[in-house]
Amino acid sequence: MARFKRKGKGGMPAISTASLPDIVFMLLFFFMVSTTMREVDLKIRVRLPEATEIKKLEKKSLVSYIYVGAPIKAYQAKLGTEPRLQLNDEISAVSDVVNYISAEREKMDEADIPFMTTSIKADMDVKMGIITDIKQELRKAQALKINYSTRKKM
Amino acid sequence: MARPIQEINAGSMADIAFLLLIFFLVTTTMDVDSGITRKLPPIQEKQQNDEKIKERNVYVVSINYHNQVAVEGELMPVYKICDGVKEFIKNPNNDPNLSEKKEKDIPLIGKMMVSKGVVSLQNDNGTSYSKYIEVQNELVRAFNELRDEFAMKQWGKKYKDLSKEQQDAVKKIYPMTISEAEPRNVGGK
Repeated sequence: MARFKRKGKGGMPAISTASLPDIVFMLLFFFMVSTTMREVDLKIRVRLPEATEIKKLEKKSLVSYIYVGAPIKAYQAKLGTEPRLQLNDEISAVSDVVNYISAEREKMDEADIPFMTTSIKADMDVKMGIITDIKQELRKAQALKINYSTRKKM
Repeated sequence: MARPIQEINAGSMADIAFLLLIFFLVTTTMDVDSGITRKLPPIQEKQQNDEKIKERNVYVVSINYHNQVAVEGELMPVYKICDGVKEFIKNPNNDPNLSEKKEKDIPLIGKMMVSKGVVSLQNDNGTSYSKYIEVQNELVRAFNELRDEFAMKQWGKKYKDLSKEQQDAVKKIYPMTISEAEPRNVGGK
């Protein structure tokens, strides 16, 4: 019968793994903190339409978002049921788009400004009227690169 | 006699932490933003451009507030738009009703006939966004297919597998000329 040998004197002392959890926790916290999705608190419902011919948006720092949709239940008493648009965390009027774009532009590097993209995240059921108004405002604001945000159709 | 306090085995702690780490890594897959990219026309140049483009070079796709799609004034189901656009841009038999072509110098390839056609997408204020995106998608698909076909013929590869220079050349032959028209009411209300 094989018996376990008693630790000889010459054996390597076991490396203490007590600090391993700390290291891993550090990694964990790093990921938890750094991947805070800059998710705005949506007051409106946005279900993106589907499309097949889509392009990925690279460089998130260059993208500003405009959300369009009907207010969710909790806000319907205050905002009604007509589609509204949301910039950052506020429900805004279409005329605020110009200010919003110039504020976003301020935040960017000089060199990045030509690559600035505006992503329109609009609900499927929205009518084109509001989208067209937004597009006109974007043209006024000289933000000509736009992206209609869609989901990938499987 | 004080017995030495037994240490708690912390070896499995790492496993627990790894499990958490992996859980976070997997669940925080940031949803990649994707969509159909478009360029809006600048405000001032709009009028000048419109005069230059001849009637036969414009492929008008309009969507009314009933979400019906019409091409050059005639109703057309959405799935036919893609082929319609391809036909219009390629114009293989030089049909006078389809787009005009002009010889252009293309790097890598040489002289090519490039269509002057422009696809104009018009919509009504009452058109639903999902229909609009559906049609946009079809238009983009038409151009992507044209590019793919050409790339296949020329280099035996798909467009996305070409080198940067080759892609640029193909882009010059089939530029994505989809114009977003000034808003107007199609079909009235």
